[in-house]
Amino acid sequence: MAVAQPVGVYEREDLLTGCQAVAEGIRLANVDVISAYPIRPYTEVMDAISKIIADGKLVAEYIVADSEHSQFEIVKHAASVGARAFAGSSGTGWMYGFEALVVTATDRLPVLFLVGNRALDDPGAFGVEHNDALAIRDMGWLLCWVATAQEALEHVLLGYRIAEDKRVMMPMALAMDGAFLTHSQHIVRIPSQEAVNRFLPPFDLAERRLHPDNPVSIAPQVNEDWVMEIRRQNWEAARRARGVIVQAYEEFNQVFGERYKPPYYFEEFMTDDAEVVLIGMGTVAMPARTAVRRLREQGHRVGYVNLRWFRPFPSVELRESLRRFKAVGVVDRDFAHGSPDDGGVLLHEIRSCLYPARERPAVVNFITGLGGRDVSIQDAIRMFEITQEAARKERLDGFVTWVGVRE
Amino acid sequence: MATADKVLVYDRIKGVKQIPLEEFYTSGHRTCQGCESATVMRQFIKAAGPRTVVAGSTGCMYVANTSYMTTPWIVPWMHTQLGAGGSSAVGMAAGLRALMRKNRIPQEKINVISFCGDLGGGDMGLSGISGALQTDYDLLIIMYDNESAANTDIQATGLTTWGAQTTFSPVGKVERIMHRRWKKNVAAMLAVGHPNCRYVATACATYPPVDFLNKVRKALSIGGPTFIHTYDPCPKGWDFHPRYSHELGELGVRSGLLPLYEIIDGQVVYTYDARKTGKGRIPVREYLTKQGRFAHLTEEDIAYIQRMVDEMWDEWEVPGVAPFRGTLKVSA
Repeated sequence: MAVAQPVGVYEREDLLTGCQAVAEGIRLANVDVISAYPIRPYTEVMDAISKIIADGKLVAEYIVADSEHSQFEIVKHAASVGARAFAGSSGTGWMYGFEALVVTATDRLPVLFLVGNRALDDPGAFGVEHNDALAIRDMGWLLCWVATAQEALEHVLLGYRIAEDKRVMMPMALAMDGAFLTHSQHIVRIPSQEAVNRFLPPFDLAERRLHPDNPVSIAPQVNEDWVMEIRRQNWEAARRARGVIVQAYEEFNQVFGERYKPPYYFEEFMTDDAEVVLIGMGTVAMPARTAVRRLREQGHRVGYVNLRWFRPFPSVELRESLRRFKAVGVVDRDFAHGSPDDGGVLLHEIRSCLYPARERPAVVNFITGLGGRDVSIQDAIRMFEITQEAARKERLDGFVTWVGVRE
Repeated sequence: MATADKVLVYDRIKGVKQIPLEEFYTSGHRTCQGCESATVMRQFIKAAGPRTVVAGSTGCMYVANTSYMTTPWIVPWMHTQLGAGGSSAVGMAAGLRALMRKNRIPQEKINVISFCGDLGGGDMGLSGISGALQTDYDLLIIMYDNESAANTDIQATGLTTWGAQTTFSPVGKVERIMHRRWKKNVAAMLAVGHPNCRYVATACATYPPVDFLNKVRKALSIGGPTFIHTYDPCPKGWDFHPRYSHELGELGVRSGLLPLYEIIDGQVVYTYDARKTGKGRIPVREYLTKQGRFAHLTEEDIAYIQRMVDEMWDEWEVPGVAPFRGTLKVSA
C-alpha cells in the first residue's frame, strides 16, 4: 500500500503481533500512565508494555489494577491531571468497566484504549466478536478497526493525534480482532522517535487540567438545567472529529509517505468497475480479498470495502461510494438480536447511511465468524454469490444469512 | 497519641483556636442543616490546604455538594464514580507523578485526596480501595459514613447499624427488623490486609474536637496510601433534630459502638478507649434512643446490640478493632 517512504522515518523492521505493534506505538507516543488488568486476548499488549517499561525504553507509571472498572477509572483520572494514558480490555472485561467508559467520554478525556475483540460470555469463548467494542458506539467515543499490525501501530499515533485535538477531546477505542490480529505476527516497520515527534504533539489538557494552579470543578451535578447543552457539545465534537480525522491522515502521510488514501475512513479493494461488493470490519478483509481475486479470475465484477472508522461513521463518504454498486453485502461479526430485520449492527448503520440516497443498492446481510469461528475463502465466495443474486432480484426477502453455522 | 507524635512529623493543631481560618470548602453547597458529612468535607480540606487535588465519588457529598456553577470547592475537584474512590486517587497520583518525572509540571508535594460514602467505599468500592492501598502512591481515601445511601433516599448499606429503619428496611406488620447485617468493619479490615498502608484511622468530625483535622494531617505526612473512616450523624437519615448532630457523634463514640482509633505502622492507638480499663463506655441505649430510626427496637434488640458491643471491647484480641479471640497454641 505504501507508495513512497521518506528515508529515515522508520527505525527498524520487526516481526510483531498486533498487540506488540500497539505496544511499540505506546512507547513512541511516550504515554505517561498505563493501567493493566488481564483478560484474553488484548492482554498481550500489557505483557509487551510492561517489558518495554522494565527495559527502560519508556518512562511511565504502570499500574496493575484490581479490576477493569478500576483500570479504566485510573487512566481516566490520570488524563484529568494532564497525563497521556492507555488501557484496554476484551469481551466481558470491557463490559465490567463499562460505567467508567461512559464517563470517560462524557468527561471528554482523550485516553486511548485497545479492544482485543472477544465474544461476550456466556458460554465462554476467547474468539473474536465485535459486540464488545460496538457497545460504546453511542457514548461519544472514537471507534476504529484496524486490519494489520502495521495499521495498529500507526493508529495508536493517529488515535492520540485525533483524540487529543482541541476540536475533538474524545476518548479513542482502537479495536482489533482477537487472535486473528492480536496474536498473529506481521512484519512491522517501526517509526523513528524523531518522525513520531514531528507528527504527534504533546498532550495539553489546558484549562481543564486538574492541578492546584488551576482549581476547577469537573463534572458537577447539572440535572435538566444543563445536561442537554452538554450533550450538544459532545455531539458537535463528534461532528468536528470527521474533519480532524482527515487532517490527521494528511499530516501522517506528509511525515510517513503516502500510507493512507482518501477518504481514509475506509479502504476499497478492486471496486473500480465492481457491480457487487462486500463491506466488513477487521480481519475478515483477508478471506474477502482473496475471494475477490478468485471471482475476478472467473470474470465476476466484485470488490471489497474495508470499513475502518465506525465512530464517527463516515456516512457521506460511504453513501457516495456504495451507491455506485448494484448490491452490497454487509458482513457482521456481531449480532443485534431482535433489531430491525434481525440483522447485525453494521447492517443497520449501512442501511441508515444509504437511505437518503435516491439511487440505492440492494443491501443484504451476513452474520458470520462469531466467537472466533474462521471465515473461510469459500464462505466469502458464498457471500458474494448471495449478494450477486440480490442484485438481480426485484424484491429482497430473507436477506439476513448466517454463514458458517450448523443448522 | 504519644506513639503517633513520635512516629510522625506533621503540623499538629493543638486546639480549636489553632484551626486555620482559611476555607477551601465554602458556600455553594446544598447539604442539610446539621450535616456532619459536610463538616468532614470542610475539615479535611482545611487540614490539607490548597496544594491538593480532590476526587469525590457519587453520593450525597456529590449531589448535594456540587451543583453546576455553584461549586463550594476552592481546590481542584472532580467527580468520580460510586465505586471509584480508590482508583480515582491512584489515577490522579499516577498522572501527577508521571508528569513530574518527565518535568512537564514542577516538582512539588501535591496532596491527592479522594472521598467516598459508606455505600460507595465500604460496599461497591472495596476492591478499588484495596487496590489503591497496595500502591506506593501518596494518597488519602476518606470514607464518610452516614450509614446509608443518604442522597438516594436513605437506603441501608453494609455499614448501617443493625436494626435501623431505612427505606430498604422499613418496619412492617410481620417483620420488625429488616436490616440484619452487622456494621462492616472497614478500617480494620483494610489495615489488616494491606501492610503497605502505614496509616488507617477512624474519626468523628466533631468529637474529640480537632482530632479529625490532625488525623488528616498525619495521613498526608506519613506517605504512601492511607485511609480514614469517619462517622457522620445524619439528621435526615437517622431521624433526629439537626441541633444534636455533634452530640450524637459523641454518644456513638462513647458507647463503644463507633470505635475511634488509629493504626500506625501496625500499632493500634485508641483515640477513645471504650474498654472498662480505659475511659469506659456509656450504655448504647443513650445513643440509640435519641434516633427515630431505632424507635421500633424492643428491649431485647437493645440488649442484643449492647451484648455485641460488650463483646467487641471485652473479648476481641484487639478490642474494638479486630474480631479475633484466643492465642496461638502450638499443637503437640
